[in-house]
Amino acid sequence: MFGDVVFWVLSAVAVAAGVMVFRFDSMARATYALLLSLLCVGGLVVRLGLDYLGVVIVLMMTVEMALMAVFMVMYMMNPAGLMPMSMLHNTKGAAVVCGGLFVLLAAGIVLAPWPHRRGRPGDDATRALGESLMGPHMLTMMTLGLALFATIVATVVLATRRGRYDRFGDALRAPRADDPARGGVGR
Amino acid sequence: MTLETTLLVAAALFCVGLFGALTQQSVVMLMMGLELMLGGVILGAAGVWRHLSPTADGQVLIVLAVTVMAVEMAVGFAVVTALFRTREADMTDMAAELRE
Repeated sequence: MFGDVVFWVLSAVAVAAGVMVFRFDSMARATYALLLSLLCVGGLVVRLGLDYLGVVIVLMMTVEMALMAVFMVMYMMNPAGLMPMSMLHNTKGAAVVCGGLFVLLAAGIVLAPWPHRRGRPGDDATRALGESLMGPHMLTMMTLGLALFATIVATVVLATRRGRYDRFGDALRAPRADDPARGGVGR
Repeated sequence: MTLETTLLVAAALFCVGLFGALTQQSVVMLMMGLELMLGGVILGAAGVWRHLSPTADGQVLIVLAVTVMAVEMAVGFAVVTALFRTREADMTDMAAELRE
């Protein structure tokens, strides 16, 4: 009974906060609403028995939303929402698409003949995940690691204002760096 | 807390996020919609793990979704930074064409 109440409260808050993300004028409030929604998702994952992954989601989303707030202030023209303005397009079409998709998904969820559960959750889901990632799913883990490394390289390349190819040419053969200001001692 | 209710909540989150991703002009707000959609995917995967197949494979799927979330956020903001530097564009409509 208590578990069901927790589930419904977290579910309602997750969806309501998700809706409020796109209703707030203030970007800070929108970010916190998204954080609240994703924290509730983490809580629901914990409630479903995946303690480790739920805590990972909570920690990751907290840091991610803090970073997102910084980018909001950097890039949004009206981050505090002091001058309410509409920054939407194609609202009706999107509402039809999303409403239709939800009805379709809900119909499938309710009407599908779901199979019975095979097996029972183990006593220690975290241990099972660790053994799986270090065993049969090692290739998955390595691929994810490579993808994250590629992400680091790609983000640095994209976000750098002037990289070495800008300074030394595409072939990196220029004898001297093409810098706007000459560096070195005595410039 | 059944499979159906969990999946319904996940579907609601996914559709709310999709609405945001389709309607928002700001690239940052669009990314917020994508985050919500991935949150729905994670919740759905956790529900399927719990109620249908409580093996480690389902958990690996969630790890994959969480990684996708991190990659999407990092690359998304890097692309926004690159776009802003080249064209001072922070809206999706301003970045509708790839050519300068």
